[in-house]
Amino acid sequence: MLHQVFALVIKELLAVLKDVKSRMVLIGPPVIQLVVFGYAATYDLNHVPFAVYNEDRSQPSRDLVARFAEAPAFEQVAVIHSDVDVAPLIDERKALMVLHIDRRFSRDLLRGVPGHVQLIVDGRNSNTALLVMGYANTIVTDFNTWWAARQGGNKPPATLDIRSRFNENLESQWFIVPGIVALLTQVVTLLVTALSVAREREAGTFDQLLVTPMRPIDILLGKSIPGLLIGSVEATFIITAGVLWFGVPLRGGLVPLYLGLFLFLLSVIGIGLMISSLSVTQQQALLGTFLFMVPSIILSGFATPIANMPPLIQDITYLNPMRYFLIIVRGVFLEGTSTSSLMPQYWPMMLIGIATLAMAGWLFRRRLY
Amino acid sequence: MSTARIMRLRGLVRKEAWQILRDPSSIAIAFVMPVILLLIFGYGVSLDAKRVPLALVCENPNHDTASFTAGFFQSPYFVPVRFGTVQEAEKAMRAREVDGIVWLRSDFSRQMLSEGDAPIGLLVNGVDANNARIIEGYLQQVWAVWLAKFEAAQGLPLRIPVQVDARVWFNPSVTSTDFLVPGLIAVIMTLTGALLTAMVVAREWERGTMEALLVTPASIHEIILSKLLPYFVLGMGGMGLSVAMAVWLFGVPLRGSLWLLLASSSAFLLCALGMGLLISVVSKNQFVAGQIAIIVTFLPAFILSGFVFDIRSMPAAIQLITHIVAARYFVTILQTLFLAGNVWRVILPNILALVIMAGIFLGLARRASHKSLE
Amino acid sequence: MPADTRKSIDPALELNSVTKRFHTKGRTVHALDGVSIAARRGIVTGLIGPDGAGKTTLMRLVAGLLTPDQGTISVLGIDAVSQPQRVQSIVGYMPQRFGLYEDLSVKENLDLYADLHAVQQADRGAHYSDLMRMTGLAPFMRRLAGKLSGGMKQKLGLACSLVGAPPLLLLDEPTVGVDPVSRRELWAIIHRLVAERSATVLLSTAYLDEAERCNEVILLHEGRLLGQDEPAAFTRRLAGRSFHVFASHLSKRALQERVSQAPGVLDAIIQGSRVRVVTEQAVTPTAEQLTGGAAPDAQITPVAARFEDSFVTLLKGAVNVPEAARAAPAFTAAAPSYRPSEDVIVVRNLSRRFGDFYAVRDVNFTVSRGEVFGLLGANGAGKSTTFRMLCGLLPASEGTLRVAGVDLRSAAAQARTHVGYMAQKFSLYGDLSVVENLRFFSSAYRLKGAHQRERVEWALTEFELGPFADATSRDLPLGFKQRLALAVALMHQPDILFLDEPTSGVDPLGRREFWRRINGLAESGITIMVTTHFMEEAEYCDRLVIMAQGRILAQGTSEEMRERFRSDDLPNPTMEDAFVALITAAENQQVRSAA
Repeated sequence: MLHQVFALVIKELLAVLKDVKSRMVLIGPPVIQLVVFGYAATYDLNHVPFAVYNEDRSQPSRDLVARFAEAPAFEQVAVIHSDVDVAPLIDERKALMVLHIDRRFSRDLLRGVPGHVQLIVDGRNSNTALLVMGYANTIVTDFNTWWAARQGGNKPPATLDIRSRFNENLESQWFIVPGIVALLTQVVTLLVTALSVAREREAGTFDQLLVTPMRPIDILLGKSIPGLLIGSVEATFIITAGVLWFGVPLRGGLVPLYLGLFLFLLSVIGIGLMISSLSVTQQQALLGTFLFMVPSIILSGFATPIANMPPLIQDITYLNPMRYFLIIVRGVFLEGTSTSSLMPQYWPMMLIGIATLAMAGWLFRRRLY
Repeated sequence: MSTARIMRLRGLVRKEAWQILRDPSSIAIAFVMPVILLLIFGYGVSLDAKRVPLALVCENPNHDTASFTAGFFQSPYFVPVRFGTVQEAEKAMRAREVDGIVWLRSDFSRQMLSEGDAPIGLLVNGVDANNARIIEGYLQQVWAVWLAKFEAAQGLPLRIPVQVDARVWFNPSVTSTDFLVPGLIAVIMTLTGALLTAMVVAREWERGTMEALLVTPASIHEIILSKLLPYFVLGMGGMGLSVAMAVWLFGVPLRGSLWLLLASSSAFLLCALGMGLLISVVSKNQFVAGQIAIIVTFLPAFILSGFVFDIRSMPAAIQLITHIVAARYFVTILQTLFLAGNVWRVILPNILALVIMAGIFLGLARRASHKSLE
Repeated sequence: MPADTRKSIDPALELNSVTKRFHTKGRTVHALDGVSIAARRGIVTGLIGPDGAGKTTLMRLVAGLLTPDQGTISVLGIDAVSQPQRVQSIVGYMPQRFGLYEDLSVKENLDLYADLHAVQQADRGAHYSDLMRMTGLAPFMRRLAGKLSGGMKQKLGLACSLVGAPPLLLLDEPTVGVDPVSRRELWAIIHRLVAERSATVLLSTAYLDEAERCNEVILLHEGRLLGQDEPAAFTRRLAGRSFHVFASHLSKRALQERVSQAPGVLDAIIQGSRVRVVTEQAVTPTAEQLTGGAAPDAQITPVAARFEDSFVTLLKGAVNVPEAARAAPAFTAAAPSYRPSEDVIVVRNLSRRFGDFYAVRDVNFTVSRGEVFGLLGANGAGKSTTFRMLCGLLPASEGTLRVAGVDLRSAAAQARTHVGYMAQKFSLYGDLSVVENLRFFSSAYRLKGAHQRERVEWALTEFELGPFADATSRDLPLGFKQRLALAVALMHQPDILFLDEPTSGVDPLGRREFWRRINGLAESGITIMVTTHFMEEAEYCDRLVIMAQGRILAQGTSEEMRERFRSDDLPNPTMEDAFVALITAAENQQVRSAA
C-alpha cells in the first residue's frame, strides 16, 4: 500500500530531523570527520626530520645533502659529527633518518667507483620507513643521473621510466577522500537504520505499528526509504566537497557512481535493519552496529589494501559491501570506470541487500520477546 | 572514622567485583573485545605489499629482456604475468588484475647495447598512492640488482655513481605488523577502558542504584574510587592479554622493560577510565554514554594517534589537535618500548603527558559528580 | 490534632514554603509550589497524590538530592539544604525504582549497605535475622535479587534501607507495581517497624486507598498542598454525602450517565451493577433528582465515605475541571448492531511458554460484542502475555484464539482494520506533534483523502486536542497523552478495542473522564478488552477474569466475585479483598498439593 509507506517515510524523516540530537549526529560528525580524515589520514611524507652525518665535506657530498634538504618531503634538523650521536637522535625520535656520507665518498665518486651513502631509518613506523627509503632512493637516482651526465661518462644500459596512472602525483588525498564517501555514508546510514526499529521497540511504538494493517513489506519499505534518502544526501555532500574542496578529479560518470551508491545503501540498510530487528534495546543495536562497523571498515580496503591480507581474511571481505563500493567510488573518481566494467562489483551488493532486507522483514514479526 | 571509610570502600569495591564476575558483558568488553579486535586488526591490517600482480610486456622477447624480467620471477614481492601488448596489459590493470605494468619496447635490446639508456616503461596504478609508492620502491630495487648483475657480467666496473645502503633500525625486515600491533593495543585499550567505565557508571544512574547510593554515608570520592579500582584491575588484565598476544601470536619483539610497560599502561588506563567516568557522569544514560564513548575515543585514537598515519605527516593544525588525544602518547610509548627499548627521553615526557591528562580527566569527572541529582 | 500543638512536638521533618522548579526546553515546571508541611516522629506520614503531584521531588529534596529554589527543609533538626551529606548519612531512603543490584544476591545486597553504614561484623547476624524475620526473605538469602518477584524486591529494598537502623525512613512509592497481597505485607512490615522501633516513616503513594493506612496524610496535587490531616478527618467532612444508586431497568452505564449530569452531584462512578454517587450536600437525594425521571424507582442507599471521595471533591474544588470530565461523551462511533450473543473474542486452552516457563497456561474465556471485559492480575500474572497474543503481537504456544473470527497473528492485514489498540505506556511518536501522530496512524490504518482529514478533525475536537495540535506529543501532560493514544486507537472506527492498563498513573479525575468515554463506546456496541491492576476499575467491567501465575483464578462479574468472599468479618468486601482472598486460596492449594 503506497499511501501507508509514504506516511511511514514522512514519519521516519520527521522523527530523525525534528530531534536536535539526531540531527547533530547526521551533520556534525560527518563534517568533522571529512575534514580530519581528509587531512590527517595521509601517507604522504612532509617535512620528515633527518640528520646529516657528513664525513666527506666535499662539493659533491654537499650537493647531495642539498638535494635532500630542499626536497619538500624532508627537513634537516641536525648535523652530527660522530657515530655515537646517531643512536640518541633516532631513539628519541628527533630524526626519522640519518644520512651518513662516507669519508671516501667524493674520492670514490671521482675515481668512478661507487660512492657510499648510508641511510639509517627509524623502523618503528614501518610504512614511514619504507616511504622514506623510497623518497631517498629517488633523490639519489636523480643525483646519479645528473652526475653521470656531468661527467659525460657512459650511460647505464637501461633506465627506469616510472609513471603512475590515475593518480599521477600519488596524492594520498585522492585515495582517501573517495574512500570517505563510502565510510561516512555507511556510518550515517547504519546509525539511522540500525536504531530505527530498536528505538521503536523500546518505546513500544513498534507494537502500535504492528497492530495496524501495515504489512511487513510496507514497514520494510517505509524504514528503508528514509535511509536511502539520508544516505544519498550525505554521499552527495561528500562527493561535492571532495571535488570542490579537496580537488579530487571526478573522471567517470554519475550513472555508475550513483548506481553503485544505490546498491551500497540497499545492502547497508539491509544490514542495519537486520541488526535493529535482532536487538531488543537501542543499546544492543548500538553494540551490534559497532561490532559490524569496525571490522567492515578495517576489512574494506579503506586504509590498507585487501591484497595484503591473509587469504582467509580476503575471502571474508567478499561479504563486506563496503569492499565493493570502495572499488566503485575510486574507480569512477580516478579511473573513470564505466558501468559495464563495474558489473562484478554491483551484483554482490545487490545480493547482500536482498538477503539482509528479506531477513529483516522476516524478523519484524518473529523477534518480539 | 577512618575504619568506617575503609569499610565503606571495601564494601563498594566488593560489590563492583561481584557485579563484574556475574555480568558477562563487562568480561566481554574487557577480554573478548581486545582479542577479537587484535585478531581482526593484526591480520586484517597490513601495509606490506607482497605478491603484487604485475604485467610484463616484452614486445620483442630475447636474452636481454629475459635477464631483466627474471628479477621479477625471483622477487617475493611480485607475481608477474606476461602480456603480448601494452593495450592488453592496460585492460588488465583497469580490471584490477594487475597493479602495475613493466613495458620493454621492441628496440629495448638494440638501444641497450648501442647507446645505452634504454627506457624501461613502468606504469603503476596510482589509485592507492601509498601502495603505488611501495611498489615503485620494490621496482627500483629489482632494477638496481639487475644493473649490478649486468655490469658484472660484462666485466665492467659499476657505473652507478652513488650507492645507497639503507639500514632500518628496530624493524630491519620492515614488517608492518611489528609497528601496527603495539599501536593497536593503545587503540583497543582506549576503547575498552572508556567504554567499560562509561557504560558501568551510566548503568547505575539508569537503574536507580546511584540514587540509593547517594543517600548513604558514602562520600563521592569513595564512590568514584570504588569504580576506578576494579575496572583498573580489569583493564590491566585486558592489557596483559593484548601484550601476550602481541608477543606470542604476532611475534612482535618486546625490547623495553616490563616495568616501564606496566607503569605507562597504568597511567594510560587511568586516563581512559577518567574519560569514561566523565562521559558517564555527563550523560547518565548507558545508550548516550556508549555512543559518545565510541565517537570520542575510537575514531581519534584510530586516526590521530599515529597508529597508522604518521602524525609528522599531518598539517600543523591537525598535529596540534593530536596533543589532546591521550592515545597519541601511549602509541609513541608502546612503539618505542616494543621495538626500540627503554628510551627514557621518549618515554618520560609521554608518561608525564599521560599522568597530566589522567589528572585532568579524573578531576573533571570529580567536579562533574555531585551528591545530588542536579 | 490542631496544627499548633503538632508543631510543638518537634517534628522529624519540616518544610517551609518550599518551591522547586525544573526547566526543560524553555518551559518551567513547578514541581513544588510553596509547600509547607511537617511530619511527626514515630508515625507513618503518607504523601499522597497522582503522578506529577511532586511526591518524588519532595522525597529527593528531603534526602538532600535536590536543592529547593525557595524555602527551608529541616530533617531531624539538620538543615538539608546546607548539610545534605549529614542528612544522607542518617536517613534510610528507598527511591522509586529501588536501586537493588540485580546481579547480587540478597545477602550481598544487605552486606553492601551494612558496609556503607559501617555496621560492625559482629552485630550483623542478629540484625539480619531481625530484618529477614520482618520481611520473610530468610529462605532467599542466597538468591540473586534479580530473580526475586516484584513484591520480594520491594521488601529487600526496604530491608536494605533499614540496615543502618535509621531514625527516619523515606519510602518513595514502595507499593507501586506490587500485587495487592504483597502490598498488604509491605504495609504490615511498615507498621511493625513503627511499633517496634518507633521509627518515623515518610511514604509516598499514588494509591488513594492506602491513605487510610497512614497515621497522617499529606495530599499533593500538581505541586500544591491540598491538605494535611489524619485520614479519617478527610472522610469525616464527607459524612452523609455518599450513596449507592441502583435502577433495575436502566443499564449501569446509562444510569451513571444520567446521574453524573444531575445537579448537585460531584462524582458518579460505576460499582458493580450500581452507581456510587457523591453529592454536594449531606442530604439524601431523591430518585427524581438523580435520574431526571428516567428511573423513578431507583433505589438510593447511603454508604460510608472513602478517601477517594474526599480527594475528588477536593480536586474539583481546587482545579478547573476540564469540560470533558463533566460533559456527556456524546460520541457514538459507527455502531455495529448490538447482538449480545455474538462471541467476538474466543480463547480456548491458550498457553504460552518461554523455555520451560509457562507465562500463560490453559486459559479459556469468551467475550461478547459490546461487552467491557477485564483482565486482572498482579504484575507477572500473565495478563500482558495473554493480551499480546490476542493482539497478534506474540504467537501462542498452544491452544486457539479468535478475534472477530480470525487469529490476528496469521490473518491478512485487512483483519487488523477492525481492531484498535492502546498500549500500556504512552507509545506514540514522542518527537512528532499531535496532528502528525494522528495523520500517520490514520494513514497506517488506510484512511486517506477527505475521510482521513475528517477523522483527524474529529479526533482533535472530540478529545479536545485542538489547542495542542502542533505541540510535540512527548511534552503533553499525561492526561492528554492518554487522550491522544485513545484517539489514535479509534481513528479507524474499530469494532474491538484493546486497552492495556490504560489509566496507570492518571489522576482520579482523568480516570473518570477516560472511563466515561469507554462506557460511551461500549454503549454503542464496541467490544472492549481491558487489562488493569487497579482493582476498583474492575467495577467498570461487565465481566472479568482474574489471573495469577499464568492461570485464570476466577471468572465472572465483579459482584459475583465480591459475593464469594462476603463473610461476617467482611460484610462489604472490596474487589481488592476478593482478589487477595483468591490469591491466598490459590497459594494454599499449591502448598497443599505440593505437600
